[in-house]
Amino acid sequence: MASLLLSRRDLDFLLHEWLDVSSLTSRERYAEHSRETFDAVLDLAEQIATRDFAPHNRRSDIEEPVFDGERVILHDEIGKALRRYADAGLIGAGMDKGVGGMQLPAVVTQATMAWFQAANVGTSSYPFLTIANANLLQAHGTPEQVQTYVVPMVEGRWFGTMCLSEPQAGSSLADVTTRAEPQGDGSYRLYGNKMWISAGDHDLSENIIHLVLAKVPGGPAGAKGISLFVVPKFLVGTGERNDVVLAGLNHKMGYRGTVNALLNFGEGKHTPGGTPGAVGFLVGEEHQGLTYMFHMMNEARIGVGVGAMALGYSGYLHALDYARTRPQGRPADAKDPATRMVPIIEHADVRRMLLAQKSYVEGSLALNLYCGRLVDEERTGLTEEARTRAHLLLEMLTPIAKSWPAQWCLLANDLAIQVHGGYGYTREYPVEQLYRDNRLNAIHEGTHGIQALDLLGRKVVMQGGAGLALLASTIGETVDRALKEGAIASRYATALSATLNRAVEVTQIVWGAGDVALSLANASVYLEAVGHTVIAWMWLEQLLAAHGKEGDFYDGKRHAARYFFQWELPKTTPQLDLLASLDRTTLDMHDSWF
Amino acid sequence: MNIVVLVKQVPDTWAERKLNEGDKTLDRASVDVVMNEIDEYAVEEALRIKEAQGGEVTILTMGPERAVETIRKALSMGADKAVHLSDEALKGSDAVQTSYALGKVLETLEYDLVIVGSEATDSRMATMGALLSERLGQPQLTGARKVTAEGGTVTIERQTDDGYAVVEASTPAIISVMEKINEPRYPSFKGIMAAKSKPLTTLSVGDAGVDEGQVGLAAAPSQVVEFSNKPPRQAGQIVKDEGDGGTKIAEYLASQKFV
Repeated sequence: MASLLLSRRDLDFLLHEWLDVSSLTSRERYAEHSRETFDAVLDLAEQIATRDFAPHNRRSDIEEPVFDGERVILHDEIGKALRRYADAGLIGAGMDKGVGGMQLPAVVTQATMAWFQAANVGTSSYPFLTIANANLLQAHGTPEQVQTYVVPMVEGRWFGTMCLSEPQAGSSLADVTTRAEPQGDGSYRLYGNKMWISAGDHDLSENIIHLVLAKVPGGPAGAKGISLFVVPKFLVGTGERNDVVLAGLNHKMGYRGTVNALLNFGEGKHTPGGTPGAVGFLVGEEHQGLTYMFHMMNEARIGVGVGAMALGYSGYLHALDYARTRPQGRPADAKDPATRMVPIIEHADVRRMLLAQKSYVEGSLALNLYCGRLVDEERTGLTEEARTRAHLLLEMLTPIAKSWPAQWCLLANDLAIQVHGGYGYTREYPVEQLYRDNRLNAIHEGTHGIQALDLLGRKVVMQGGAGLALLASTIGETVDRALKEGAIASRYATALSATLNRAVEVTQIVWGAGDVALSLANASVYLEAVGHTVIAWMWLEQLLAAHGKEGDFYDGKRHAARYFFQWELPKTTPQLDLLASLDRTTLDMHDSWF
Repeated sequence: MNIVVLVKQVPDTWAERKLNEGDKTLDRASVDVVMNEIDEYAVEEALRIKEAQGGEVTILTMGPERAVETIRKALSMGADKAVHLSDEALKGSDAVQTSYALGKVLETLEYDLVIVGSEATDSRMATMGALLSERLGQPQLTGARKVTAEGGTVTIERQTDDGYAVVEASTPAIISVMEKINEPRYPSFKGIMAAKSKPLTTLSVGDAGVDEGQVGLAAAPSQVVEFSNKPPRQAGQIVKDEGDGGTKIAEYLASQKFV
């Protein structure tokens, strides 16, 4: 039976027939790799995800983490699966050899991670956060910090967290109040509370390495006064328990296998070195914390998009499997009630829902992998210009790569439930859990609204609009290739080109309003319209990659592209018109009118 | 202790497996292929013996070019080297011919043990251990759920319907293992990278000293004469419980000769 997690065929198509990832092996960083190792590591990921992650996905949903006042209790399969993951060497898959990594290209690393997120997003969070933490420390920590903290994380002995939000400061990170007092010996003591900390406390690893945003007294106000600290649960060397304690667990709608906690730093429950206060060590320079964190955040946001896609993809495959086996009703033109019932996939409306899902999840996967390929280009591009270009395009695409899958692959999960009918609404079928799990992805690592502000307020105007211009010219290259193909590709290219030009025009209108509040008021609509334009571009790329190839798989790609261009891209027209009208409806609404 | 593990590439157990209409051989092209599942246990057992006692583990596979993917997997689990017997002339060989060809290769290798999985999921013959034992004149120990090898002796616990039997033989010997024997490891990423540079020898029938006239479909002692696909699943029979549901079910089972 084909996997109900992801489609390896689709991954192979995108990685090899479209993105030509094997060509990366000509670059020094990836020289030891080959198509063979890419295939083998994807086989390995699928195998561990299927055998060790998927089987306890439901159990984690039912048996939430419990805090007994001293420690967090998790069921035993989570730790066992993570041990398998770490023993296989997958934590360091994409990292440098110097820290024990395998220097797998980012695009293949993402495809690898997608298997685990599709199988069990709750358990996958532990390595996901550890990898993000280790990457950040490797980029901005001292060599000693890298040796001390990153190496044990790559080995899977220690896990990591990201401590940004506080009860009063979530999206508004400038308002964090956790303070870090210098001790004169190079260390700091931290005091404050951190909220929504995934993997915040557990016994799954020997140590937990928290990366914490805090303010050093006397520093600049707001975001410019934020610094980054590494705060281990157990101090390295002495093994002393640091003054970081779990204050309580959050009980969530989904992602239940991931412990999520309120952590108190420096409340005095533990007294490392004889005094209260959480011992922390500065990463990089003071007051640069948010900049460093955003280095990780961009990577994490793309990763969130991959997770959203993976949950949507698995839901789609479950819905497809169900629709092929569930007999119900007869064809619309069948007159005789005694004829056999047909599988529901025979009904046009069910096909509509499956096509929508297919176009969302496969479109998202293409964007996820395209961004992964850009990370590789940013890191190993042959010229400075190529690297800079990749960086700029990635900056531009990141809010879309995070938010589009979070919004539309959640809708795919919604449609997967709909295909299942009443059964989909029960806990006997996995699609309802996939929906609940996926609902998080439009919230964490920057909400949908934050991504919209990032795109319209920052990315399209950065460097005098260079990001938007680059996106437009890159899409333009695809359009030019498609126009030369003629036929269907040419027709879609014309539609995409018109939408793109309109989006660029509308961007100028929006920013010509002369009022920042008005310009940004409808940013979410802008994100959705540009998001759909980008996914249409991804479908045109896939159509071109499938050109001249025969078989159901390629016909499926062509038909999903047709769906997206016929049914989805036209949705941008009223959205762009609304934006161009500088509509004030949301601004003019008063609190007291609700 | 040097060990040779026989590893076979088979169609994915969960895929719909088909025979070619023309020559009635297995259709390998249209399905995903994997390492025969029980062979993973055989590789694992060999690696455990090697890790405890030293020596080398060699993978021996007969199969088309594509079988190299499966060989690499065994190498990435930790085996040291591999021999791949691959030749168009071997296509369509049955179990007897396969044992002849594999036996020829084994005659050129130095080993204390040959470990095989108890059966392959495609052919379901479960005879390779016995056939090789006969050809090579070496003892065979089948259905092993535990293996202990010391000096020139190998002892197994042979699974039986009622328990197990302890069976002993001198080496070199041929052992077939079953699923209960261990839990196979996954390859590690480092293992995958290392596998790329491990020795892999590819042999044609000529290289292996195999007589081309004795292998392949045309010379096969056993032939698939006819086959048909299994009929599509029929709708089930609903038994309505009107206080006598148990009786009706028992009657149904009796009518189908299940009880």
